[in-house]
Amino acid sequence: MFAATELNNGNRRTQTLIKVLLLTMTLLLIVPVLIILTMLIVKGGPVLSFEFLFSDPKDEMTAGGIFPALMGTVWLVSVALLASVPLGVAAAIYLSEYAGDNWFTRTINLAIINLAGVPSIVHALFGVGAFVLFFKFGTSILAASLTLAVMTLPVVIVATRESLQAVPQAFREACWNMGATRWQTIRRVVLPNSISGILTGVILEVSRTAGETAPIMFTGAVIFMPFLPEGVGDQTMAMSLHLYAMATQVPLPEHATNLPYGVALVLIGMVLAMNAVSIGFRVWLRGKKKW
Amino acid sequence: MSSRLPRTLPDLDRRNLAWFVDKGMQVFMFVGGISAIVLIIGIFVFITKEGLPFITGSMDFAEFFTSPNWRPTSEENPTYGALALIAGTASVTGLAMLVAVPFSLGAAIFIAEFATGRTRETLKILVEMLAAIPSVVWGFIGLSLMNPLIIDTFDVPVGLNILNAGIILGLMAAPIMTTIAEDALKAVPDTYREAAEAMGATRWQIVWRVVLPASRNGLVAAVLLGVGRGFGETMAVLMASGHSINMPGGIFDSVRAVTATIAAELGETVQGSDHYRALFTLGMLLFLVTFVINLTADLVVRGIRKK
Repeated sequence: MFAATELNNGNRRTQTLIKVLLLTMTLLLIVPVLIILTMLIVKGGPVLSFEFLFSDPKDEMTAGGIFPALMGTVWLVSVALLASVPLGVAAAIYLSEYAGDNWFTRTINLAIINLAGVPSIVHALFGVGAFVLFFKFGTSILAASLTLAVMTLPVVIVATRESLQAVPQAFREACWNMGATRWQTIRRVVLPNSISGILTGVILEVSRTAGETAPIMFTGAVIFMPFLPEGVGDQTMAMSLHLYAMATQVPLPEHATNLPYGVALVLIGMVLAMNAVSIGFRVWLRGKKKW
Repeated sequence: MSSRLPRTLPDLDRRNLAWFVDKGMQVFMFVGGISAIVLIIGIFVFITKEGLPFITGSMDFAEFFTSPNWRPTSEENPTYGALALIAGTASVTGLAMLVAVPFSLGAAIFIAEFATGRTRETLKILVEMLAAIPSVVWGFIGLSLMNPLIIDTFDVPVGLNILNAGIILGLMAAPIMTTIAEDALKAVPDTYREAAEAMGATRWQIVWRVVLPASRNGLVAAVLLGVGRGFGETMAVLMASGHSINMPGGIFDSVRAVTATIAAELGETVQGSDHYRALFTLGMLLFLVTFVINLTADLVVRGIRKK
């Protein structure tokens, strides 16, 4: 009675065919990248060593290590976080806890989407026009970090807003009924219940910030500097710009052609490791969610 | 019993420290909330401030949009024709979308509608990790790995060209488009799928006849945002496209993109010079185009919700 008809069989064949086709398309997006990463590891792996990570570049950057660039990236990311996390979290709290569903909130959301879509080189121009020239910070860590902060602000806002909205409304109502103010509720109930989600977003932002090149090229990062930065007014080297410089600006002798692969590997390792932490954190959180 | 309440209830009017802290924090959160609006306006104002003197001064609109001659450093007669740069950006983005759109839509459909359990989680995480690779690393891959590969495979003298930059940009834009498209597919209510399944439709028939039409707007938005990304990408295109000013004639031509021009030349210009201001004018062009793309994508998505 329910035996498969000719039509059923035909449909099933089409179905299988399409499924295989779609799987192939998915793999064609992923596999080439995995091959590329493997090639980077093969070529860059031998370059990596304790000395490579912790010594200065030598002989006009054709030998030696990447320590100043590594430290520079740490500087840039830290200062950028100091600016973007408080502002981004405040924006997310406003959107999730205070804002109503009206044209003003829609405008803010539209601005966030647009801010995320502005090309990185336009952010660089903004950094030059605003921070370097108008606010007279000069080309410095401060100017570069603020440019990065503006650029990655949407990442913090979106991630934080999501984790705030995941806190059930009943938690807030219970707190309000006890006579707590809005802020007391946010501080004692909403934030403690969403802090890990916010952290996930911050880690994601760190990984974005560490890899950016264009926004820092003209605002504070330099290709070579003979000393480590001592404050936010100094210029600095950075991993991303160091890779660009090694790949395009520095004439490398035969024996040193693998150096940029090493730099690329460290940079990509940093970024992917932080992403993995962020993703792992999120999966773990989902597992232990109580509501 | 009195029929009217007094205007203020003294008992309930507790303007103590907690009340003031609450109001203070509310103001702080509001400042955070409007920061995105302030910044987007700020970006426009500051790049316009630097670019405007060129537009009102020595810029020749006809030359800017129709001449392929970008020779800002010429001593006698500097020309500012951006056509070749715009064509460079368009050709690279176009090829990238040709590569990325079908594959990312296919991948999104597979992940959202066919894959299950662990396979699906793994694929989602892989796609997310791919989206995290910095653009300067992509540029380096184009320069060091794709370049010799293209020279060998197609027997051409230079491997830094539209093909190289297009593939790199396609691989870059694909994970983002996949994620957004997958979200759009997920937004279609399961009841739609169940209704179709109850009619005896196969999975693919459900996807083709029900899910895809229902999520059309979201998919269009995903493609638009991908185009926006491609248009604004800087480092990868700078390093992989060959960076020579050419009207593109084929995929093996080297070209130069608008973004790459700014990145390569801004460091060498004198602040306040025509050349410097012309680069900010290119920035204004980029800003406006991506603004329009993002706005359109948002309107398209909004169209979905209205229905």
